[in-house]
Amino acid sequence: MQRSTADTRDYRTSQLGVLESESIHIIREVAAEFERPVLLFSGGKDSIVMLRLAEKAFWPAPVPFPVMHVDTGHNFPEVIEYRDRRVAELGVRLVVASVQESIDKGRVVEETGRRASRNRLQTTTLLDAIEEHRFDAAFGGARRDEEKARAKERVVSFRDDFGQWDPKNQRPELWNLYNTRIRQGEHVRVFPLSNWTELDIWDYLRLEGLEIPSIYFAHTRTVFERDGMLLADSPYSNRGDDEPAFEAMVRYRTVGDMSCTGAVESTATGLDEVIAEIAATRITERGQTRADDRTSEAAMEDRKREGYF
Amino acid sequence: MDILRLATAGSVDDGKSTLIGRLLYDSKSIFEDQLEAVERTSRDRGEDYTNLALLTDGLRAEREQGITIDVAYRYFATPRRKFIIADTPGHIQYTRNMVTGASTADLAIVLIDARKGILEQSRRHAFLTTLLRVPHLVLAVNKMDLVDYDEATFERIKDEFTSFAAKLSVGDLTFIPISALHGDNVVERSANMAWYDGPSLLHHLENVHIASDRNLIDVRFPVQYVIRPHKSTDPELHDYRGYAGQVAGGVLKPGDEVMHLPSGLTTRIKRIDTADGPVDEAFPPMSVTLLLEDDIDISRGDMICRPHNRPQVTQDVDAMVCWMSDERPLVPRGKLVIKHTTRTARVMVKELQYRLDVNTLHRHEDAERLDLNEIGRVRLRVTQPLFADDYSRNRATGGFILIDEATNATVGAGMIMENR
Repeated sequence: MQRSTADTRDYRTSQLGVLESESIHIIREVAAEFERPVLLFSGGKDSIVMLRLAEKAFWPAPVPFPVMHVDTGHNFPEVIEYRDRRVAELGVRLVVASVQESIDKGRVVEETGRRASRNRLQTTTLLDAIEEHRFDAAFGGARRDEEKARAKERVVSFRDDFGQWDPKNQRPELWNLYNTRIRQGEHVRVFPLSNWTELDIWDYLRLEGLEIPSIYFAHTRTVFERDGMLLADSPYSNRGDDEPAFEAMVRYRTVGDMSCTGAVESTATGLDEVIAEIAATRITERGQTRADDRTSEAAMEDRKREGYF
Repeated sequence: MDILRLATAGSVDDGKSTLIGRLLYDSKSIFEDQLEAVERTSRDRGEDYTNLALLTDGLRAEREQGITIDVAYRYFATPRRKFIIADTPGHIQYTRNMVTGASTADLAIVLIDARKGILEQSRRHAFLTTLLRVPHLVLAVNKMDLVDYDEATFERIKDEFTSFAAKLSVGDLTFIPISALHGDNVVERSANMAWYDGPSLLHHLENVHIASDRNLIDVRFPVQYVIRPHKSTDPELHDYRGYAGQVAGGVLKPGDEVMHLPSGLTTRIKRIDTADGPVDEAFPPMSVTLLLEDDIDISRGDMICRPHNRPQVTQDVDAMVCWMSDERPLVPRGKLVIKHTTRTARVMVKELQYRLDVNTLHRHEDAERLDLNEIGRVRLRVTQPLFADDYSRNRATGGFILIDEATNATVGAGMIMENR
């Protein structure tokens, strides 16, 4: 980031500069105090920013922890391709935790029906992988502006032996002092982007000139409509005969599973156009594009309690 | 554009949630799907207006019980500023949440119900914001619509609070008469209160000057992480040794003479690195990496300052502590873990000097313990020296947390008071 734009006469730092410094402080604090941190990387815009911040926090040394992707097997191929390229570029170790393997081992059972998704199954895969690799801190890209249960989440958020979040019993978090003490078998989730908003993320991507997966830009895709959302016509979406497929010019606002991530109609092919559209939108990103959050008013709260991202 | 962090205090009845809902709604930070959900819930509950308070109700447990149980963070932005709201409940049992929210706040809004005037809890909220050294305090006199927008009512509350505030060290105090429900003086100046010639609440939030609230005088750089790339193929990186951290005070520049604590050795700053290249100066809250001229043994938890402006180096700490545990009290001889800047050590409570009644400010010198949500002055003995400043001079080097060694819970928050 160009810090020369800061007005140093009265020692101002830009909004993104303040957020970046805060996130880097959090990342370094966790790297210093935990033995086996891991950074959860989905290839989505938030985890791209988070990985960039981790890169900056230790520069010129390499990122001192691995990156983990919880792979549902229902990903957009463009995102997997991006993930592998970015990880190779940074030279970090990639751990892939596979939902398919959890299914094959009988740890979870595939949902059935038209709206079946592997979204909820990811929790088991994630917790198993944390246990298997003995990770004691997992960085996540969640933001507090995303969802109301996330608004109450700590930056360093304690998880018990079962990986569960207890919203009523969270550690108070004061100043920039984070309590990083846990017992064996417990872990923490760390959210360095807690105070970033969706627009901050996009502005930062632009400022940093960071590449993002192509599905964030308008492209032609075969889609169909379900529950007022445009879903990609893929082998994972169980499109019914009453749900006709058609071609549309769309982009994605969030990156999740093909089965439950909605696209928005758009002609924005460049970052500036995408940002202009997002700045003007009147619908939240999760409300617009996530079928998983529409199940009930407390859908995210319930999943988070179980140990979801 | 900069960021203003604000904390709000007030009970459910003071209309705090309505005020936050109003700020979010009128600044167009509420999205259509969120508003639709609120309208639907309002209708389901049989309410004949859109209950903006529902916008800030987070967890299922809260909705079921109609309370706020924890600190929630909200975000909104105007073309002038980005705002982070720490939304904290005001019941007495939640002092700990308010202290948490206030710890990072630039500004606090204390809500008063115009019909009820200054209550015990208003005084408590105001006291806590001054204890936590929130630099700016706004007393929002709400529900002005219910007192017919009466100027005399507002003035009476203002006078009463001003005389109370004289006992506290309030930095900057502003009074604004509002109606959160109807939006009077929240975003726009209200036509119903022509007698009021101050700014609307949002206008005040957008313009209050916060840049000089930071300490830009006392150089304080707690070392957080030592960066050593160990790359044998690159000779320059092979010898690279950088001290990473977030500036806690003062302005650092290359060439400056600095002192390392605890060693007391002095050297000069060779370069200030960031991943985007070296910078000419570093100041709070920048995260940077310092390279020094001389090879000194420096590790996490150490402090870099100026030779003629050092923090106290002490194992005996006097502090005001807010106790946050309902499982065990703070008692003399009790042993805990302290986390102060980037340093963690063990600590023993040597003495509980008094418990402070947060409503009357009376000091109970016969107190034998501090229970949940109680505040008192203590003397601590730390196993290692801390590099500490008076909290009123620097929140970053004057604040600490206490952790229970047995449960790992955060059980206390402390503010260092210099030995005088």
